[in-house]
Amino acid sequence: MELRLEGVSHRYGDVEVIRDINLSIPKGRIVCIVGPSGCGKSTLLRFLGGLERPTGGQVTQVGSPPEDSINPLTYVFQDFALLPWRTVEGNISFILADHGVRGARAEAIISDVLARTKLSDFRKALPKQLSGGMKQRVAIARALAVNPAVLLMDEPLSALDSQTRELLMDDLVTLWTRQPFTAVYVTHNLAEAVRLGHRIVVLSRRPGQIREVVEIDTPLESRTLGDPALDRMQKHLWTLMRAEAEAADMELVND
Amino acid sequence: MTDISAVSSGAPSAPLPANAQASPVHFRGGGFRPKSPRGIGLLVFVVLIAFLEWGTRAGFISALTVPRPTDVFATLVDFAQSGGLWKNLHPSLMRLLVGGSLGALAGIGVGVMIGLFSVARAGLVPLVAALFPIPKIALLPLFVIWFGIDESSKYALIAFGTFTPTVVATYGAVDNVDRSLIRMGQSFGLKWSTIVLRIVLPGAMPGILSGLRVSLAIAIILLVAAEMLGAEYGIGAYILQAGSLYDLERLFAGVTILSLLGVILSALVGLIEKRLLGWRA
Repeated sequence: MELRLEGVSHRYGDVEVIRDINLSIPKGRIVCIVGPSGCGKSTLLRFLGGLERPTGGQVTQVGSPPEDSINPLTYVFQDFALLPWRTVEGNISFILADHGVRGARAEAIISDVLARTKLSDFRKALPKQLSGGMKQRVAIARALAVNPAVLLMDEPLSALDSQTRELLMDDLVTLWTRQPFTAVYVTHNLAEAVRLGHRIVVLSRRPGQIREVVEIDTPLESRTLGDPALDRMQKHLWTLMRAEAEAADMELVND
Repeated sequence: MTDISAVSSGAPSAPLPANAQASPVHFRGGGFRPKSPRGIGLLVFVVLIAFLEWGTRAGFISALTVPRPTDVFATLVDFAQSGGLWKNLHPSLMRLLVGGSLGALAGIGVGVMIGLFSVARAGLVPLVAALFPIPKIALLPLFVIWFGIDESSKYALIAFGTFTPTVVATYGAVDNVDRSLIRMGQSFGLKWSTIVLRIVLPGAMPGILSGLRVSLAIAIILLVAAEMLGAEYGIGAYILQAGSLYDLERLFAGVTILSLLGVILSALVGLIEKRLLGWRA
């Protein structure tokens, strides 16, 4: 299944936030969307998953999701969004149960995703007992459990410290290499983008427009911390964004 | 302090410059974190009662102003042994249970509706605001006309009194449920009913329970008021009777029972909170 944004524009009242965006999300690849704060990148992600409607243009899905996909468009949120009153497995099982997956089948899925995210020992833990990195692992496990056709990740590592972020990036790369998934990854962190993105979309400041689309051909698993080619790429992205970020920083907030 | 490498050497810091005074940095943190050490609460009661006992025995507190605590205790024991305690406590507890749970359940239901539906919010919030400040005791004669002089008017009074504070607490609690959790539920394609039952209600539970504490105290107050107006048996009737006879020992015995009832109910809510809200950080 592929997702497409066709001429998508959006305004909140008088404020134009997004202007004429055309973009397609190819199957089995990670598309990173980067841009200065307030450029509407998270809004774009909410359009992709149907949590919000653009005022202009449309979001289309090409082809149908695989039969065994429980929730084709699944988010991973910046603030984890775990139910604090449910254990790690409870946070996954209640979603499966609502989609009619119970008993041994649910058990098998939960064991599998917890093993893939290295959480098997923490099944019975409550969110308050977990570190930020572990919480995001649970949220990723929960997203994998519903077997999404496209994973929509909204700054998933932004609430974590830089060391945990490195660890989780490695985990995401491992997850993807073992079983490639389609993902849209919104971030303001260029290091994350060059590390995880097959395609990087640079947005301008508000109203957000596509400034440049960069393809990185290096396979994910051979991208390492401090790789000179990636560093050059990151520098290139920064030169694209610098002026925009500076201008965005100076803007008054009027909402 | 320009040489960074010297910091890690572990040697004592550089010698003080001549005629410099070394003094510890003045501590100004701490405080603002009250704890409740065990036993202090009990101690307050013991000291207060001991003071009254001593005062009435020594004679500087007249027996007409405050009865002697030991006499009150003896009255209570006598009351329990004669079977009068149960005879009066049983109907009171029934009224509290029936009226209180009717009011609380209806209140939670309406509160959740206000929290979820725009029409309910627009229509019912002003109504609740209009009902809240009415002293419910003033409505007792009306309830007697509507529901009769027997138990049902007492149930109605207690239910009505617990209803309004529960509604206000509940819709406030529903409003405060983390919206990102609800958005998460929608993004996973959960059914509306599942979002309400599994996300909104548990998320609102802390607020609902603390509202329940207030509602239960109000229920006890209204219980006594209802029983004072027309009941053969009940703690309120017992207190009223003692009061009209100026039997201060019995009056205080009745009041003590009410206090204990309040403490027990509050402890009960505390227990429920401990069980249901263990997930709170």
